[in-house]
Amino acid sequence: MSELIVHSPGLYTTVQDTGRDGHYDIGMPPSGAMDQYSYRAANLLVGNPEDAAALEATYIGPRLEFTDDRLVAVTGADAPVSRNGEPVPAWQTLAVRAGDVLSFEMITAGARIYIAVGGGVDVPEYLGSRSTYTLTGLGGHQGRKLAEGDRLPLGEAAAGGGAPREGAAVADALRPAFWEVTPVRTVVGLCSYRLTEGGTRSFLDTTWKVTKDADRVGYRLRGGTLDFIERQQPFGAGSDPANVVDLGYPVGSIQVPGGDEPIVLLNDAVTGGGYATIGTVVSADRDRIAQAKTGDQVSFEPVDLDGALAARRDRRQRLDRVRDALRS
Amino acid sequence: MATIKATMPGVFYRRPSPEAEPYVKEGGGFAAGQTIALIEVMKTFNEVRADTSGTLVRFLLEDGDEVAMGQDIVEVDAA
Repeated sequence: MSELIVHSPGLYTTVQDTGRDGHYDIGMPPSGAMDQYSYRAANLLVGNPEDAAALEATYIGPRLEFTDDRLVAVTGADAPVSRNGEPVPAWQTLAVRAGDVLSFEMITAGARIYIAVGGGVDVPEYLGSRSTYTLTGLGGHQGRKLAEGDRLPLGEAAAGGGAPREGAAVADALRPAFWEVTPVRTVVGLCSYRLTEGGTRSFLDTTWKVTKDADRVGYRLRGGTLDFIERQQPFGAGSDPANVVDLGYPVGSIQVPGGDEPIVLLNDAVTGGGYATIGTVVSADRDRIAQAKTGDQVSFEPVDLDGALAARRDRRQRLDRVRDALRS
Repeated sequence: MATIKATMPGVFYRRPSPEAEPYVKEGGGFAAGQTIALIEVMKTFNEVRADTSGTLVRFLLEDGDEVAMGQDIVEVDAA
């Protein structure tokens, strides 16, 4: 039985994959890796299918012991990585043996570290995904974040070779950037008609700060106020000007309870409710916001649907370039 | 002067609850592994522990202050 032994879990480390898509209609959010680009690149570095389950660690990396020969790769946030206490590079294919220990020092940029292991983390699938949704305790490893002493089952590494060799790397140009102010491309719309002109301007012109509560559910931001158009609230809507009668919330959509602190709903968020959503962060830039820490700054850059689709295509092409470079 | 750094961003507290005494008083000693402070982030309160024993010279932050990852939170004299 091949396992990964958790010596220390870090602060908030979970098993994630591409997400539990297709169940939004029953109120089930997708969960999944918040920074899909880094997560998928980590899988490619160890010869896994892009959608194999990997680990996502927020703010503090875990300390992990291997029980057999494996490939492993670390991507996402910048944090010094060590194998048995010796520094090893991130964004590269690493080989480990039974007894080897992978550990991390403090993150220097970004927020979330991804660790992929050849063969993938082989926890049971739930509704077609291994992603952890901690709020209801399902998926992943026992539906929760990792704890000291956990032993995670690993899958069989793909047979027939084809996996990158140790030292194979993702080129610098294909690694995500970290910004002073993280720009997140956003399609303004849905209920944006509820904002005054000044409210929309304030939304787009403010440099917002990520508050302490930012997590996998959502990112609450601070830095400005957004005025809503005065109206007699319709029957069934709450009394807050930011209330509407009822609405489905797209992943990445932005609501503004009370009009002063926008919340970007992310992978583990509620799927609908009674707040106006004034726009939606494009899927490719959920990767970016996932790497913004509490205290970091973000700004919303308006794009239209074509711009959103172009961002998605661009991310896909970058991942294809990563894959092709590792194949050759 | 040695310091202990915040291992995560968030909001800093030097005591376990608003009415409680601080984990360690200025001038007081602490042991390796002892809790020095709390940092609130991602809707959880997380203990910051000392790696080594020593004496706490002074706090560099007030209760409720925002703290960045890697920021110095206390000055210490290593034992």
